[in-house]
Amino acid sequence: MNDSPRNDAPRDEVLLEVRNLTVEYVQPAPEPGVVACRDLTFDLHRGEILGVAGESGCGKSSLITALTRLQRMPAVTTDGEIWLHRDGGPPVDLVRLSERALRRLRWSEIAIVMQSAMDALNPVMRLGAQFADALREHHRGMNKKAAWARAAELVAMVGISPDRLRAYPHELSGGMRQRASIALALACEPALVVMDEPTTAVDVVMQRQILSQVLHMRARLGFAVVFVTHDLSLLLELADRIAIMYAGRVVEMGAARDLYSDPQHPYTRGLRDSFPPLFAPRQELHGIPGSPPSLTNPPPGCAFHPRCARRFEPCDDRTPLLMPRGGGHVACHLHSTAGNDAGPVPKEMSL
Amino acid sequence: MTARKTPVPTPVLEAVGVTRHFDVSGVLGRTQVVRAVENADLTLHRGEIVALVGESGSGKTTLARLLALFHPVTDGEIRLEGTVVRPGTKAAKAYHSSVQMIFQDPFGSLNSMRRVRHNIERALRLHGHAAASKAERRQQVLELLERVNLTPAEHFIDKLPHELSGGQRQRVVIARALAVRPSVLLGDEPISMLDVSIRLDMLNLLARLRDEDGLSLLYITHDIAGARYLADRVCVMYAGQLVESGPTEEVIQHPKHPYTRLLLESSPDPERLMNPELGSAFDRTVSPGEPPSLVSPPPGCRFHPRCPSARDECRRAFPGRTEFPSGQWTHCWLHGSGGNRLTAPSNTGDHQADQRR
Ligand SMILES: Nc1ncnc2c1ncn2[C@@H]1O[C@H](COP(=O)(O)OP(=O)(O)OP(=O)(O)O)[C@@H](O)[C@H]1O
Ligand SMILES: Nc1ncnc2c1ncn2[C@@H]1O[C@H](COP(=O)(O)OP(=O)(O)OP(=O)(O)O)[C@@H](O)[C@H]1O
Ligand code: SF4
Ligand code: SF4
Ligand SMILES: [Mg+2]
Ligand SMILES: [Mg+2]
Repeated sequence: MNDSPRNDAPRDEVLLEVRNLTVEYVQPAPEPGVVACRDLTFDLHRGEILGVAGESGCGKSSLITALTRLQRMPAVTTDGEIWLHRDGGPPVDLVRLSERALRRLRWSEIAIVMQSAMDALNPVMRLGAQFADALREHHRGMNKKAAWARAAELVAMVGISPDRLRAYPHELSGGMRQRASIALALACEPALVVMDEPTTAVDVVMQRQILSQVLHMRARLGFAVVFVTHDLSLLLELADRIAIMYAGRVVEMGAARDLYSDPQHPYTRGLRDSFPPLFAPRQELHGIPGSPPSLTNPPPGCAFHPRCARRFEPCDDRTPLLMPRGGGHVACHLHSTAGNDAGPVPKEMSL
Repeated sequence: MTARKTPVPTPVLEAVGVTRHFDVSGVLGRTQVVRAVENADLTLHRGEIVALVGESGSGKTTLARLLALFHPVTDGEIRLEGTVVRPGTKAAKAYHSSVQMIFQDPFGSLNSMRRVRHNIERALRLHGHAAASKAERRQQVLELLERVNLTPAEHFIDKLPHELSGGQRQRVVIARALAVRPSVLLGDEPISMLDVSIRLDMLNLLARLRDEDGLSLLYITHDIAGARYLADRVCVMYAGQLVESGPTEEVIQHPKHPYTRLLLESSPDPERLMNPELGSAFDRTVSPGEPPSLVSPPPGCRFHPRCPSARDECRRAFPGRTEFPSGQWTHCWLHGSGGNRLTAPSNTGDHQADQRR
């Protein structure tokens, strides 16, 4: 094993294939639905950390709930496929899987960590009992004692002393609760863990502590992570690859290092330059002019065009497609060759 | 560069040795004392931005509330332009025209039944800045909304708070504070909910208010890089005590206190990605431990249970204040027992930051 927890997971085997995923919030007729994720296509490899970044309302949480099928009405996956590849079994399409089959995959193959640990932990159950329940549900025949022993190992991995297993969630600090919910998500050794802003509510020291533990556990257990946050500066350090979302679409995707050193999309560049440096020389910075668009009424063409300094003739009414470029992908007319764009936006979309 | 070099040496607002304890009921109904802030000194000069950073629960909000006369002090005093002020006194009313606090929670601090226009007009009226005619007052409100980039302002003026996102609400709260035309602003994580692209505009706005109007700002934040971008000085708080302070660049590039170093190492810094020599800060396997209890804080230096440099004396007594030629000061045994250190400081504290550059 390599010293760094960043580099030692296998990256070639595909775990998840997301194809043309579209998520809508259905509105009462005659209003058109709000499209929160439009035509997302990407692969996730085993053991890989894929970061998803973008401003508020761009569809990050909608993607997460679609991947885990935890979405509630009015959110509906209206198009696309999510193929999960499993060890020793045919791939399954999570979009079309029955509730029953899905329940078997939850926790054992796919686990989720939410922004608030209180959403994941049961407030009236001792921590250890919650672990024991989750473990025994997936390992039939595991006795109570073995389950508590395994729970002790799991919480120790996230730096919680096993004697805290007898505590109720409210008796733990916020950071401990969040770490406990991460350990719980990993209890059944899932292949995929999705995390939606798991450290937004904790301070930077605790954040670093929690994420170091996630990386060390990934090195040991080999799970892949989809990590959603608005904090690109954090993601650059944490993720192997990053997808940048804008107005429901992925506008750029690539290795973290490439995205930082040579962003291709004007929005990615703007986002990167919105983070003042911690040590590099100080200089006056300017954010991205304007504000993120409303998805009820997104701008036609490239949705970024009202804020883009490099906007040119095709941008106002032709939507750029996500195209390979360098080692990654980008959706911008600056990089699209003739005939590669999505063409004029159909009327109903440009409303 | 946004931060200015030398502030004008007239303290506008000052906390002198302030302490705040809270009584809370503990086990068996016995009263316990939360030592939220202990013997803190903090000065704000005219036209100066001071960042207050430190971990969650370290007492930042409590210190700001003491400065805002929102809590009475348990000990010590608050001075405005050199005059001691206490909550509830006549002087306190005038005080609120000069000192405005932006609370951490923008959900609680707006009148939720009233539209944005009413919330801001009320501040204008209370502090005698409201124009005579309705049309002019509307114009005043629109201008304030535009200043905080809530544009088109007409779109926001008649919204109710619950119709706004967290970031939009935070900007209404800033606009309302600016309506008072205060000389001091106490901002408790005032832009934490804003999207990054908009955050920079707000930081630039605050810098402009400092440079053009001489505004003084206490800026509480968890975003160290943002604090560095904006602030002239930084104060670092740990477990109720100020442990280090100094000119921003000095504190960031040459931290003296081990907690300041931990804070810097923990802050996101994409440069680490490009420079493998720096190593990923995620590589550290050691757990930096839990924040301490403020009911029974560790004796001596409160950081000692988590400090990689802790030694015997650290467990016995709280270190005195050591001052450095750079304008920094700290409370840490690594830098001697206190008293002025005007010779070159030991480089123990600079080690890691120097490696970084
Ligand atoms: N129940 C709903 N009905 C209609 N539209 C909704 C609903 N929930 C979310 N949306 C819309 O879907 C879009 C995407 O929301 P989502 O929560 O996925 O964004 P996000 O990227 O996670 O934002 P944040 O960073 O603020 O969490 C938003 O623009 C929002 O307006
Ligand atoms: N009204 C109160 N009654 C009792 N205890 C309090 C009260 N207000 C604050 N405290 C306690 O004082 C300590 C300091 O709290 P404070 O809110 O000042 O921290 P903070 O540094 O602002 O934290 P954060 O970064 O999470 O906002 C905490 O232990 C808190 O629980
Ligand atoms: S497609 Fe046009 S408007 Fe969109 S990001 Fe590229 S240049 Fe800017
Ligand atoms: S006084 Fe001792 S324990 Fe405290 S920070 Fe300094 S070296 Fe560490
Ligand atoms: Mg979200
Ligand atoms: Mg606070």
